Amino acid sequence: MRIIPFLISTVATAGLVFVLNTSLPVGSSKTPRLGYFLSPQQGFWQNAEASNTSFSGDVKLEGLKGKVDVFMDERLVPHIYAQTDLDAYYVQGYIHAKFRLWQMEFQTYVAAGRLSEIAGPERLNIDLFFRRLGMVYGAEQTMQRMEKDREMQATVDAYTEGVNAYIKSLKPEQIPLEYKLMDYKPEAWTPLKTYLFLMYMSYDLTGSGAKQDLKMSNAKNYLGFEAFDQLFPNVQDSLDPIIPTKAIAFAKPSIIPIAPKDIDSPYLNKSSFSSSAESPMTPNRNNGSNNWAVSGSKTASGRPILCNDPHLGLNLPSLWYEVQINTPTHNTYGASFPGSPAVIIGFNDSIAWGVTNAGRDVLDYYEVQFKDSSMHEYWFNGEWRNASLRLETIKVKGKPDVNEYIAITELGPVMYDHHYKSDSTHPKYLAVKWTANNAGTGLKTFYKLNRAKNFNEYQTAIADWSCPGQNFAFASKSGDIAIKQQGSFVARWKRQGDFIMPGIDSTYQWQGMIPASENPMIKNPSRGWVSSANQKATDTSYPYYLGMSHNFPVYRGVMINKRLSVMNGITPMDMQYLQNENYDVFAEMARPVLLKNIDVSKLTTTEKKYVDILREWNFRNEVTSQGATVFNSIWDSLEQVVWKDDFQNAKSPMPWPDESTLLDNLLKNNNYRFADNLNTTDKVETIQDDVLEAVKKASVNLEQLEKNKKLDWGIVKDTKVSHLLQLPALSRLHLPIGGGANCINATTTAHGPSWRMIVHMTDETEAYGVYPGGQSGNPGSKFYDNFIDSWAAGKYFKLLFLSKENATKNEKIKWHMTFTNG
Amino acid sequence: MKFITAIFLTAFLAFSIGLFTSLPWWSFVITSFLVALGVHQKVGKAFLSGFAGLFLLWAILAIMKDMANDHILAVKVAKILPLGGSYWALILVTGLIGGLVSGLAAISGSTARKK
Repeated sequence: MRIIPFLISTVATAGLVFVLNTSLPVGSSKTPRLGYFLSPQQGFWQNAEASNTSFSGDVKLEGLKGKVDVFMDERLVPHIYAQTDLDAYYVQGYIHAKFRLWQMEFQTYVAAGRLSEIAGPERLNIDLFFRRLGMVYGAEQTMQRMEKDREMQATVDAYTEGVNAYIKSLKPEQIPLEYKLMDYKPEAWTPLKTYLFLMYMSYDLTGSGAKQDLKMSNAKNYLGFEAFDQLFPNVQDSLDPIIPTKAIAFAKPSIIPIAPKDIDSPYLNKSSFSSSAESPMTPNRNNGSNNWAVSGSKTASGRPILCNDPHLGLNLPSLWYEVQINTPTHNTYGASFPGSPAVIIGFNDSIAWGVTNAGRDVLDYYEVQFKDSSMHEYWFNGEWRNASLRLETIKVKGKPDVNEYIAITELGPVMYDHHYKSDSTHPKYLAVKWTANNAGTGLKTFYKLNRAKNFNEYQTAIADWSCPGQNFAFASKSGDIAIKQQGSFVARWKRQGDFIMPGIDSTYQWQGMIPASENPMIKNPSRGWVSSANQKATDTSYPYYLGMSHNFPVYRGVMINKRLSVMNGITPMDMQYLQNENYDVFAEMARPVLLKNIDVSKLTTTEKKYVDILREWNFRNEVTSQGATVFNSIWDSLEQVVWKDDFQNAKSPMPWPDESTLLDNLLKNNNYRFADNLNTTDKVETIQDDVLEAVKKASVNLEQLEKNKKLDWGIVKDTKVSHLLQLPALSRLHLPIGGGANCINATTTAHGPSWRMIVHMTDETEAYGVYPGGQSGNPGSKFYDNFIDSWAAGKYFKLLFLSKENATKNEKIKWHMTFTNG
Repeated sequence: MKFITAIFLTAFLAFSIGLFTSLPWWSFVITSFLVALGVHQKVGKAFLSGFAGLFLLWAILAIMKDMANDHILAVKVAKILPLGGSYWALILVTGLIGGLVSGLAAISGSTARKK
């Protein structure tokens, strides 16, 4: 033995193995363990799915009651045929896990505030935010309530077993790519994870209040209520509500909330209730959607057509997963959430349904007065009351655990305290009251909708839906159409909960929830269609306060109703065009007022050129539209010019007024008070001055864009569908798609129609759908992103809605999986 | 002949032990060491055959996966690592890493014997 060479080579081998077996920091991220990651028998190569992979096979699962057949079509959509509902959900869990396991688990890590556990201390802020908002608490509340409902408990349990059966069957080398990249392993699924995921959806759709109430409070304190009320008015001139004006006489309210007597002094006016606490993340303000249903009187076939496109963040793997579930109790097709049983948006043999976000304010803050910083006692209704402390332990990769204590009061969990706060403010104690934290029945609504046969069963199905509030559109084969805004909504006095409220007694408490029977609903209206696009549900004749106008975009709704009102003899093909409509009705209203106020004699040749492009634009936000770029650039500059000086001394984050507020005022007022630039003392600026300045500012930007050949709207907007880890290599970038926030095709940079569905209620259901993703969550599969190009081009897939008999012989069915007990 | 035998044995045993995927990815260190111990060669040749055995094994396995996959995943991973999106570069790096570890283990095996 040659000792020295032996030792040297052995140490070198061990050293190399050690380095290749360690995650090394690169910038802010870490490399995978390279040796493991590159090993062809264990690492990422194992995730390179052969393009001719067969998905057929016989699977033995413990606990199945009977045989389950799953036919996979050419787009990898599973058609599940089971003898019992529980078997179907068991297999749905298995299939979700087989194709989307990493995503399912990752989303629940986010919701549960556990990202630091897998991604390290950089994500601690997000974890703290979700823990303190009460996400885990809320999911636990829902779970406890649902466990009292045998049917739902059994459903979620069966689904959980299915997910776990798949996880158990996984060999180490088969775990999804992202686990290998981030170097961790799947853990067992639990019912709580399903509820955490649904809680995340509640957050995504109603959680904007978590930041908005703080920012609005800042703005109110900064501007004073009077100016605030002008900049954030509760009137929208162009509003075309979901329930058409005067279509319905609303019933007398069963609750008449009474505003506190002292409302003017501590609440609305400048007061001590200021806070600049900031949350690290907020749901996208564009989280909205379109849905509509037209009755047979307006269609070529004489049968209703229902359409829905929920707008959400565009991610890979997609939030949605298509599935057909067929059991003796129901036969349902649609988009499901990996992480939850049943179909969320879809149709069955009798009805179709679709949802949009209601946008109602269901999250409020109360300022709590604690005796001392131990947070054991707080002052409420003239006495000291005991608060309990909830411990949240956050594991952090490579670091010691972080323990968070959250005081729980009658007003809700205390989200912000002396310890969790923004550095720039005095410590306040803010309890968060949020309907998502009050045990809901969540899944049950979808469970029932999956089985609903008619209008009455639809009504019953959604009656208990609490959070996030949704506009449920409905159409049936028997010819009914309807829409109802359903959720657990607070009966508010005007402006209640728009700002942080005092929490020392019950005066500012919620005085009751609006009964489901009094939520806005309309069935078979004479105009022949129902629709919603996140606008306010009603005109002012509705007896309850709907919340700040800021929460309700106006223009998509206007556009949808405008188009539908003139459409007749409608076919599904017409609906495809309508969902992809790139016409910007906001621009149509805004351009005349811009052009009217531009003094062309004061423009340079270049500036004139852009004004000409604007003048000749056809209001369509197409990929190649330069007019859309010019319009948006000038409008953005105008907002800067008008608002910037009014907010320039703001030390805390504040929202800017809505575009509808600015437009409404430009249309109405020649002398708009806020047009004046506060920085020029010698002059009072007019709207003309502001528009001119905006054109000049925008032109500088536009010239730059044109120089780089980037004036086309599609290039400026630059739509992308990003992988959940924001890795560009796993994302689809620079997609050629038009649209915009105010178009029916509400596609913006990272946000847009996440599932487009059209259902024609003919005897044999005719349905179309597409989403920007693919059925497989594996970036190494050709099914990972294979729908994206069709989606961007506005194309659809005809949805295969098959009886079992037809499934066995349909030529688009490519694979057959069987599941039996064993 | 010994050289070829060593390469073949190194690759074959590494592949076999690699089938036990709950063992660490570097388990072939043991087999490459044993091959070099059993098939006696000079240090330089031992390194080369140890290197070649794993280089070939890993590169060929990678190529097989990559071809069947139409390069879909390799191109993406080659952007993450970053190798400019080249699947050939990724296959090469895969082979080199396996080869290097195995070659070093083979030197240990060779030097562990009496002259």
